[in-house]
Amino acid sequence: MQRIGVFVCWCGSNIAGTVDVVAVSEALKNEPGVVFSTNYQYMCSQAGQNIIIDAIKEHNLTGIVVCSCSPRMHEATFRKTAAAAGLNPYMVEIANIREQCSWVHKEMPIGTEKAIILGKAAIAKVNLNAPLVPGESPVTKRALVIGGGIAGIQTALDIAEAGYEVDIVEKKPTIGGKMAQIDKTFPTLDCAACILTPKMVDVAQNEKIKIYSYSEVTEVNGFVGNYTVKINKKARYVKEDVCTGCGLCTEKCPMKKVPNEFNLGMDNRRAIYIPFAQAVPKVATIDANYCTMLKTGKCGVCSKVCTAGAIDYTQKDEVIEQKYGAIVVATGFNPISMDKFDEFAYNQSKDVITSLEFERLTNAAGPTAGKLLRPSDGKHPHTIVFVQCVGSRCSSCAEKGKEYCSKICCMYTAKHAMLTRDKYPDTDVYVFYIDVRTPGKAFDEFYRRAVEEYGVHYIKGMVGKVSPEGDKLMVRASDLLANKQLNIEADLVVLAAAIEPDKSARPLATMLTASMDTNDFFTEAHPKLRPVESPTAGVFLSGTCQGPKDIPETVSQASAAAAKVIGLLSKDKLTGNPCVAQSDELMCNGCSSCERVCPYGAISYVDKEFRMPNRTTVVRRVASVNEAVCQGCGCCTVACPSGAMDLKGFANKQIMAEVDAICK
Amino acid sequence: MDRTNENLRKEIIRESGVNPLKCMRCGKCSGTCPSYGEMEYHPHQFVYMVETGDIEPLMKSKSIYKCLSCFACIDRCPRGVEPAKIVEAVRLEVVRQQGANHLKAEDIPSIIDEDMPQQALVSAFRKYSK
Amino acid sequence: MKVSYFPGCTLKTKAKKLDVYARKCAEVLGVTLEEIENWQCCGGVFTTASNEIATKLSSARALVEAKEKGQPLVSVCSACHNVIKQTNQAIKENRDSFTDRMNNYMALEEPYNGETQVLHYLELLRDVVGYDKIKEKVVNPLTGKKIGAYYGCLLLRPNSVMQMDDPENPSIIEDLIRALGAEPVVFPYRNECCGGYTIIEDKDVAIEKSGKVCKSAKSHGAEMIVTACPLCKYNLDKNGKEVPVVYITELLAEALGVKED
Repeated sequence: MQRIGVFVCWCGSNIAGTVDVVAVSEALKNEPGVVFSTNYQYMCSQAGQNIIIDAIKEHNLTGIVVCSCSPRMHEATFRKTAAAAGLNPYMVEIANIREQCSWVHKEMPIGTEKAIILGKAAIAKVNLNAPLVPGESPVTKRALVIGGGIAGIQTALDIAEAGYEVDIVEKKPTIGGKMAQIDKTFPTLDCAACILTPKMVDVAQNEKIKIYSYSEVTEVNGFVGNYTVKINKKARYVKEDVCTGCGLCTEKCPMKKVPNEFNLGMDNRRAIYIPFAQAVPKVATIDANYCTMLKTGKCGVCSKVCTAGAIDYTQKDEVIEQKYGAIVVATGFNPISMDKFDEFAYNQSKDVITSLEFERLTNAAGPTAGKLLRPSDGKHPHTIVFVQCVGSRCSSCAEKGKEYCSKICCMYTAKHAMLTRDKYPDTDVYVFYIDVRTPGKAFDEFYRRAVEEYGVHYIKGMVGKVSPEGDKLMVRASDLLANKQLNIEADLVVLAAAIEPDKSARPLATMLTASMDTNDFFTEAHPKLRPVESPTAGVFLSGTCQGPKDIPETVSQASAAAAKVIGLLSKDKLTGNPCVAQSDELMCNGCSSCERVCPYGAISYVDKEFRMPNRTTVVRRVASVNEAVCQGCGCCTVACPSGAMDLKGFANKQIMAEVDAICK
Repeated sequence: MDRTNENLRKEIIRESGVNPLKCMRCGKCSGTCPSYGEMEYHPHQFVYMVETGDIEPLMKSKSIYKCLSCFACIDRCPRGVEPAKIVEAVRLEVVRQQGANHLKAEDIPSIIDEDMPQQALVSAFRKYSK
Repeated sequence: MKVSYFPGCTLKTKAKKLDVYARKCAEVLGVTLEEIENWQCCGGVFTTASNEIATKLSSARALVEAKEKGQPLVSVCSACHNVIKQTNQAIKENRDSFTDRMNNYMALEEPYNGETQVLHYLELLRDVVGYDKIKEKVVNPLTGKKIGAYYGCLLLRPNSVMQMDDPENPSIIEDLIRALGAEPVVFPYRNECCGGYTIIEDKDVAIEKSGKVCKSAKSHGAEMIVTACPLCKYNLDKNGKEVPVVYITELLAEALGVKED
């Protein structure tokens, strides 16, 4: 018989506000096995934990139940407390009387009754608990960073700095991401390329970092510390180690009409190309969708001009398998499509552009060599209208826009408006805003400078319709403060499109069993206290894959993710979860059901000799669980037809005891 | 808010099915409204004034007859507020009153011409009269 | 195939061409429009208020009749289609128990809950007949004609209910124009209001609005405007008919060779 202690937490008024905690501890006193029951204001505090430690020692407790918040919050805390008092940590059960009780009920009698029932269930379970000892597993001292934008770059550099090997997998031919496309950065206005490209070079030159560009992760197996990842290195038809990046092929290729994605299709590139001058790796890539040689077998110009002999039309995709201890997701963002917002005429006029297109139009390496010219006729625009929140803060239709604020648009629009007025004082610049959101260091000052020093017209209101008429764009909008409807004849309209996670994020999340929110942003382990970790152990989050953020924030988070990875890789062994499956070999009938359902490949079958009556033996095929690989999901226990599979710490009889206690 | 205003506000919210609290005050409805110039109170003001219970000025204003029910404000609103439905509910509060028809049968002969489709007449009667 | 057909009051008088050619063309394309018996005027505009019941009954009766025949309900007038489709949606939603009260009043054997499929004539052409088939049936291709499709508001909005096309960048009429061999002209005012029933309230203002539509179509190169709405046509015609306005069914009839001069 167990000797159980019950500890009911008030959580200040979080629990005590709707649950009569004294009544709960009194009621649970009489449950089978309970020899001690008390309550305290903050059980997780040092004083609260001391109450537990003292009680364990004084009453020789063999198990404890803490009625408190969710086990996600403090199970680990109370297990440590138990261990400090010499009790096996797995003899601790948490009854969640906060999230699932006091927070969802309004009336004290109902909350109290439910808390007592939840307490009884936990006690019933502890009565059947047995001490468990976790196993250990080794740690592969190499990290994988998925995505080579500024987030991935910073994370990789910081991990390498600590002496660990890092691989970056980037699906594009070069690292650099969105930051490489941006012209200037707010609020300091330093040139994005000038601060990004040295970091890209650092990555290329760092011996600890390997870049798999033009590559994608296709399969992830294993668990924290022990991942096996398959990476598909797409054929670029150029030998990476031979190409010198001279660029001659990209000048001679006769296929000139390929939309240049780096300039968002505003100019063309060749079928063989290097995305931009500072690309890393600086090697050419053949776009198989456009290459005449690959499509028809006739051409071969690039091969003829290449003095290094780097062109290889026979190259095939290559699958690389590599082991990692930690995985960092840095898959970034994209602006949303403007197709569903054609009241702004994006599809009807070339002179309606997105903010990212505006970046390219003002960038010295962009399609206009940095001169702000209209895409339609190459003329200098005199009246420019910026529209904020296009698709952001949009709750009316999920397939159209995003309900969240994209966070970065207020600042980059202020930057665009200011730079335009600075370089072209003959322009009239209007910014239509709903709210101007500038919470950041020197951010509001920056926005005010755009208004006060540069004379940008900020108008509180929204554009309702853009009508292309002749070579003008008629902009109909409201000016809420003047209570007027405005009709502006504009030459250029710039839409601050909402941002969304990259489309590759969702399939990746499935591979990683990492959770996402409804917007496909990765969920953090705790929104305040563990912002760079996924709830899936060993998976870390860097940059905008977790939520909209600007460059300084992205870099901070990237370094934070690196610190977490370094902490993990610095360990030689990881303590596993002892709540794993185990098979009762005498009951196992060798049917393989468990092996088939196991998502982690943790179950195999072995032939084993069993003693039978009269000194005979028999060889039977039985399930065997690899405890280091098992994640304790319990699929096998459900699939097993003979009831041989059970989960340690969550055995069928323990669960049933809980259910019985609730239903009594 | 006094009781009369509160009741009127509740009635308009129920009848229109519009929750004015969803409005984030971006003004896109008024930025897109083709009848803006003819209106004393504009679509965003209808939403806000109903929210605050300041409804009588709307009922007294000719603005309620200027809305075209073209639903541009409804389709373009990023928050799904549906301002045109609010305008319609306020108008109904007025024209449902005894003798408050905005369009009367005897007005028709002076308005009509040979080509005018029935559709114009029935639509106008439905919007302006009870 | 046979479908239920709601012509509407204007199509029996001022907009006969919209009606007559809709039927003729449908026959050419293998569809019979079976007129609903004893239909009543839809009212021209949908009343959005949830406590407006009587104003929605004429649409409800037509919907019930189509349901009994097991046919989709087709109309060609933009206004009728808009009113009927919005009414059907209101019935589906049953907000403020509208449907219950309506069913109570109509005392049907079997209550109506929005089962009928409501189609605009254009949707019948695009989704049931298919533009490819129409293209095959064209005998007088309208080659070289530059035609602006004027949607107005009733065909497209509210999009959550109408669901005919992208309300800001529609193509259902442009694609038809193309199938008939002509060249569609896209102009920004194609989905802006013509002034509608406010022509009764204030002629000048309504004409100014329809004038913007005509101007926009003309400046983008349209030689002709097509519409499915009699009131749109009336308002647009008030601008001196510099750009002729015709019904979509007239255009279709011309291409299919069934137009009488």
